[in-house]
Amino acid sequence: MTMDIVFDIGLVALLISIAVWSIVARDAFSAIMIFMVYGLLLSLAWVRLAAVDIALTEAAIGAGVTGMLLLNALARLRMTGSDAAPAALPLRIAAGVLCMLVSAALSALVLFPSGEPTTLAPAVMARLGESGLENPVAGVLFVFRSLDTLLEKVVLLLALLAVWSLAPDGLWGGIPGLRVFAEKKSVLVFLAQTLPPIGIMVAIYMCWVGASEPGGAFQGGAVLAAMWILVMVAGLRKVPSIDSQSVRLAMAVGPVVFLAIGIAGIFVANSFLAYPSDYAKPLIVVIEATLTLSIGVTLGLLAAGPPEKVQQP
Amino acid sequence: MNVVMLFGICAAVLVGLGLFGLIVRPHPLRKILALNVLSSGVFLLFGVIARRGTAAGLGGDPVPQAMVITGIVVAFSSTAMAVALVLRLFKESGAVTLDVAEAEPAKRDGG
Amino acid sequence: MASTTPGGLLLVMAIIIPVVGILIQFMLGGRFVNRIVFVVLPASFAVSVSIFAMIWSSGEPLVYVVGGWDPPLGIALRADGISAAMILTTAIVICATGIFARQEFSQPDDAPEARAPFVFWALLLAIWSALNAIFLGADLFNLYVALELLTFAAVPLVCLKGSEATFKAALRYLLFALLGSMLYLLGTAMLYGGYGTLDIALLSKQVRPEPVAWVAACLMTMGLLAKTALFPLHLWLPPAHAGAPAAGSAVLSALVVKGSFFLIARLWFDAMPGLRDPAAAQLLAIMGSAAILFGSVLALRQQRLKLLVAYSTVAQIGYLFFLFPLVIGAAEPWSGLAWTGGWLQLLSHAFAKAAMFMAAGLIAEALGHDRIADLGGVGRVLPLTLVTFGLAGLSLMGVPPSGGFTAKWMLLLASIMEGQWWWSLVMLAGGLLAGGYVFMVLGKAFSAAAEKPAIAMPVARSREVIALALALCAISLGFVPLQPSELLQIGRPEIPGVVR
Repeated sequence: MTMDIVFDIGLVALLISIAVWSIVARDAFSAIMIFMVYGLLLSLAWVRLAAVDIALTEAAIGAGVTGMLLLNALARLRMTGSDAAPAALPLRIAAGVLCMLVSAALSALVLFPSGEPTTLAPAVMARLGESGLENPVAGVLFVFRSLDTLLEKVVLLLALLAVWSLAPDGLWGGIPGLRVFAEKKSVLVFLAQTLPPIGIMVAIYMCWVGASEPGGAFQGGAVLAAMWILVMVAGLRKVPSIDSQSVRLAMAVGPVVFLAIGIAGIFVANSFLAYPSDYAKPLIVVIEATLTLSIGVTLGLLAAGPPEKVQQP
Repeated sequence: MNVVMLFGICAAVLVGLGLFGLIVRPHPLRKILALNVLSSGVFLLFGVIARRGTAAGLGGDPVPQAMVITGIVVAFSSTAMAVALVLRLFKESGAVTLDVAEAEPAKRDGG
Repeated sequence: MASTTPGGLLLVMAIIIPVVGILIQFMLGGRFVNRIVFVVLPASFAVSVSIFAMIWSSGEPLVYVVGGWDPPLGIALRADGISAAMILTTAIVICATGIFARQEFSQPDDAPEARAPFVFWALLLAIWSALNAIFLGADLFNLYVALELLTFAAVPLVCLKGSEATFKAALRYLLFALLGSMLYLLGTAMLYGGYGTLDIALLSKQVRPEPVAWVAACLMTMGLLAKTALFPLHLWLPPAHAGAPAAGSAVLSALVVKGSFFLIARLWFDAMPGLRDPAAAQLLAIMGSAAILFGSVLALRQQRLKLLVAYSTVAQIGYLFFLFPLVIGAAEPWSGLAWTGGWLQLLSHAFAKAAMFMAAGLIAEALGHDRIADLGGVGRVLPLTLVTFGLAGLSLMGVPPSGGFTAKWMLLLASIMEGQWWWSLVMLAGGLLAGGYVFMVLGKAFSAAAEKPAIAMPVARSREVIALALALCAISLGFVPLQPSELLQIGRPEIPGVVR
């Protein structure tokens, strides 16, 4: 028991100091590198909190893809050296006081909770069997609160549209300007040749196993996205143009299948997003599989950015 | 002091830190970073609540855990959108600043 | 406990039909966007009208339990009286905007997919879906996802025209909105930790005035205030709403900012009725008053028409916050009157502001600029448009007959009868100031001395008519009877301790 607590205290101390460092660092490059380390440590914290599903998602999306996104941005902004000094002292003091008050209030609520800890775990476990799943988090995501997941897929699509909309009119339909480092014998190209097959298998496994073990469409999709970005950045595959039919279909197939099954549920199972009792698990697996593909493509394109080159005819 | 309390305080501190960074750092990219720290703190808080709700043989309450997974994806999307806007602004004007004739964006004290 | 009522499926359709449109658009490509919109807009309109009609005639809220999983395990959708009113208003404004924008954002038939049409229509549909999800949501986390959808759909609308100023405005809007969402989510975490559910109906029975609820309410309100651009968190709004294309500004000012306000009301009146604190309500209304005064004064000082209209939005949002002190802790029938007045203000402002932005957009297109100083004589070129502007202005000022007048009259009466007379002073001042900036524009436009200005581009008569139609909607709301509305009271929860 005590060893665990010592480890946890160390982890928390490290987390906080790294977060502080990331905020106050003078130059943006250090701040972003530190932030990626922060993301990895955060995954560790999630494991300590008995949330392996979240740890996987955080590692893949929070640390991995976000870090790549920020570094890419940094490179294009050509931000060398320290960026502008932080705001004037009075604002910093006022903000500091405000933020300390907020943290203190939250800590107080955590340290002195009123009443019994409330939990929906028994309710979830009681009805999880009806869905054929064994992973309770997947049950919440795809069965009990599936409307959230459906809407969130639309949010993802909208974010991509928003990124694409930033292109000038003439470049619409073109190719995202992802920086490509295609040197023949570099480490990057080597990694891009060896990792993706493994990565794709990991993604498929994560998606498949997500019905009963930690894993699932989001984690699998994030790994797929990371592999795709790697392959594109190393020049092994061309970055697709944004009006490519296959790309659009891949992005849309996840939400379309999800929505279609949901609407079918109105007629077959008496409610939107309800599943007929015998077919629940296979339907959910189909949803998760198509969603993995869509999420992978969408996340990858989000990281690639708006079109910047017209495609060659 | 158990795991729940420890990470709960960690989450509270991260929220405050992220909020501070968002208000105080003028460069939009740093604001985006701070926003990510803020959101990780909020998610951690959900995770602490999940951990506290351990029951029925599970390590934690799966409902807030599912919410965090949704939240991480949404947070990434917003980061991607914000970064794309920053890059576009840079391409358009050669400098990235939110200053205009009016004051900087900041969440003011009070209210 | 919540269970699906007949007709509840309409609630799902209201959220899903626009999404279907977006997905088809992605799959088939932008060349079909005209046809997709032609089908989806009327379909969604029909659903919205049906929801309104069902609630009006039955007097009962509509409920839908998604997937058949009852809360707290699952998510419910619920339409009460105010939902119905908001859904119908949203449908009218968005369809009108769609017709207004059809020419500007039409995808040419034989050309490859173009950016602006593809993006605009997808965003419009997404905003509609998100707003419906907000008006119908009965689960706080579901509402968070809906809020994010709304933000992601609204921000690109701001920078659709693509200039440095609009990118800056969009970035600032995005950062404010994301901060707001995070604070809202933080409060949601507190509430789940304290009460084990995020279903609004269940929460309303359990929330007590204790620290957890207070901190949550405070955080969520502040986050939503940032999104609603209440003074002093309004800095992002004027450049954002002024920089968007006219159709976009209409939707942004009329509807999008009202979405987050709707949630503040849901929070205070439905999710946490046990927390009714007169002091907090007074504070909200004080900020609202500051918004009215500052916004109106700043509007008077503007030199560009679209910025003037945007600052007018900042001001008019302030009126909405009189809802809180005049309903919380107040006695009937004045609290019912104030409730009706507050929502009527929101609805008439939606119509009036949409009309006003459309009018401003038409003027800017016709003249090639929107400098107020150089608007001389435009009334002779675009008489219909200036009449629209004037009618919309009447509603903003609170001059009869108009929805704005009826709303402000109800709020005024309630404030005086409840002994909170100071709000009536602010309302009168706000009305006078609004008159100031409206007549500033009208005076210039109809000034006899100026010559007829040169037209940069002719404006289609049909677009002027659409804008006029919206302004007439705002006027027609003025004929609502001067008494607490039964429709808006449908589905109100029983507040312990308040005599109904």
